[in-house]
Amino acid sequence: MTLRLSASNIGKGYSGNEVLRDCSYAFTENGIYVLTGPNGCGKSTFLRICALIEPPDSGEIAYLSHGSIIQKDLALKRRITLVLPKVGVFNTTVSKNVAYGLTVRGATRDESETKVDRMLEFVGLSHKKKQNAPTLSSGETQRLGIARALVIEPEILFLDEPTASVDRKNTGIIENIILEMRHNANATVIITTHDREQAERLADFLLVMKEGNIVAE
Amino acid sequence: MTSILDGFVQAFSLILHLDAELLGIIFLSLKVSGSALVVASLLGLPLSLLLGFKRFPLKGLCISILNTFMGLPPVVVGLLVYLLLSRSGPLGFMALLYTPIAMIIAQTILAFPIVSSLSHSAIVSVDPIIKQASLTLGATPLQVSLAVIREARYGIVAGIMAAFGRVMAEVGAILIVGGNIAGFTRVMTTTIALETDKGNFELALALGIILLAISLVINAALHFIQKRGMIGVTQ
Repeated sequence: MTLRLSASNIGKGYSGNEVLRDCSYAFTENGIYVLTGPNGCGKSTFLRICALIEPPDSGEIAYLSHGSIIQKDLALKRRITLVLPKVGVFNTTVSKNVAYGLTVRGATRDESETKVDRMLEFVGLSHKKKQNAPTLSSGETQRLGIARALVIEPEILFLDEPTASVDRKNTGIIENIILEMRHNANATVIITTHDREQAERLADFLLVMKEGNIVAE
Repeated sequence: MTSILDGFVQAFSLILHLDAELLGIIFLSLKVSGSALVVASLLGLPLSLLLGFKRFPLKGLCISILNTFMGLPPVVVGLLVYLLLSRSGPLGFMALLYTPIAMIIAQTILAFPIVSSLSHSAIVSVDPIIKQASLTLGATPLQVSLAVIREARYGIVAGIMAAFGRVMAEVGAILIVGGNIAGFTRVMTTTIALETDKGNFELALALGIILLAISLVINAALHFIQKRGMIGVTQ
């Protein structure tokens, strides 16, 4: 993997409430980074800013390729992706949901179908391929969100509280999916979770956030 | 009571024998209202997209006006179109008064606010998470908009169907601008009004039954569409 992410002195606030304060970190290795900390410490905000979904009030997000800063344009945004805690499934079949990222990149139906089938098998949703996505359970919806992100083969995958609203069984399945990603040597996964035990189970690099800053590594 | 029953019997007889006059009236009604719906959709859908996706001054006022115009009284629309198209009116030179085109214009004015307002409501009701999900998956701004429109599709179709129901059932506007000329501008609703006045109930009842059947089909379709749309609550 050549894509690297560096966050420098990120500050962010909403309606006068400071959420992030001079938060800095450089994601320089491949593997699974887990950001943990109590609710409201700024994990999700930091993740969204890193994933270029919202801009910081201060500081800078830099993406580097072969040591050079690259422009934050559509081409870069297509090399990364974020799975939101509320996935936001489209009102269509499971397979069309998973194919969405490929469709917007202009993939042909044949190309998409092979990749989508493989990805649905990976997350254990092959048997729900033709089902209308909004009828899935919350655990299955979260797995669909992960499949939809993984199918586009992002170089950096952000997962915001991927098991916050799912049952224990689906939490186990999702954790296994995340751990399977370790075998992909070309990807970095950055996860937020408030569950400290889960963070320790998943992390190659464990980052602890407190009051809007990364305080321990 | 007997005359009402007789009326029903004769009405069903007209329907079953596919009476030529009856078929002509039904065909013209569908042609006029269908054309008005197409024009209203072609104008109303882009406006609903503009209101749904863009920010501009007086947008709130535009939405309020559209919502108000959803309840436009057909006779008022008929009167305004009449004044525009009458010989002494600004568009009198086009000689459109008492033609099917005048009726299409009047019904377009009635359908347009319904199509645009209900479509706009459907678009803004789409969960904002859909927009974010599209963005995170690498969609361009146009692709994001298309994803939102796709999510709103059942609401948009329901708006178009509601407008069709409204124009098919209205009588005031087309009576004023069409003139109810037999074989030329006489449609289902104006025929019912005229034949009732003449005491000729069988044709009026036959058309009433068909109008009700059309209304039933529209409502059944609306119910089906809304049921499909309900599934689309995002997770």
